[in-house]
Amino acid sequence: MSEVVKKFMYLNRKAPYGTIYAWEALEVVLIGAAFDQDVSVMFLDDGVFQLTKGQDTKAIGMKNFSPTFRTLGDYEVKKIYVDRASLEARGLTEDDLVEIAWEDFETEEEIENIVEVVDSARVSELMNESDAIFSF
Amino acid sequence: MSDTIEVDGKQFAVDEEGYLANLNDWVPGVANVMAAQDNLELTDEHWDIINFLREYYEEYQIAPAVRVLTKAVGKKLGKDKGNSKYLYSLFPYGPAKQACRFAGLPKPTGCV
Repeated sequence: MSEVVKKFMYLNRKAPYGTIYAWEALEVVLIGAAFDQDVSVMFLDDGVFQLTKGQDTKAIGMKNFSPTFRTLGDYEVKKIYVDRASLEARGLTEDDLVEIAWEDFETEEEIENIVEVVDSARVSELMNESDAIFSF
Repeated sequence: MSDTIEVDGKQFAVDEEGYLANLNDWVPGVANVMAAQDNLELTDEHWDIINFLREYYEEYQIAPAVRVLTKAVGKKLGKDKGNSKYLYSLFPYGPAKQACRFAGLPKPTGCV
């Protein structure tokens, strides 16, 4: 395993259903977690809908994969960011989003919710800090 | 390889790697038949893991990768069980792959 840890950001800009992007992005994050990099996931534009609570996909005949986001903490993803402006433009608030817990089983360090709503300046800053951005 | 397995006189469809085609078809007998094909006899310790995986899938809609499984088992069933040595002793073909197959789940995300 390489000693060099890079900052990977997965950028999600599309609504959860209707295209395969959101599910594919999530699978890439879960698979990529095996590589021990510094991973963050950013939700922007319609991508913020991916994290909303109470999704029901029965009528469209697709698998509801929103519960899978709650495993991200288990997969060592410690940072999940949501763009505040994108939420507000869609009439959503932080309360509409799922909470994702993180826990280190060794040290028993716990973070109750790793989902962080950030403003546009911080979004730019986080993107600039990343070594690689995977946009979906 | 046939693409069905027989459990209690009923045929169950499986994919080319032996994973159950339809998650909802699963009955405990499926695990017993699959284990017998792999020359394993299931004990309570095996069932702890199989049931754990089914609960994990129910809650998160995915089969966990092996290291996530290891950590999660450690948390739920105790540290002495949350290590790959213990899990490989139960499921020699790989705890995530083999146990998920017995549990009727798809192949874990990230497994090749």
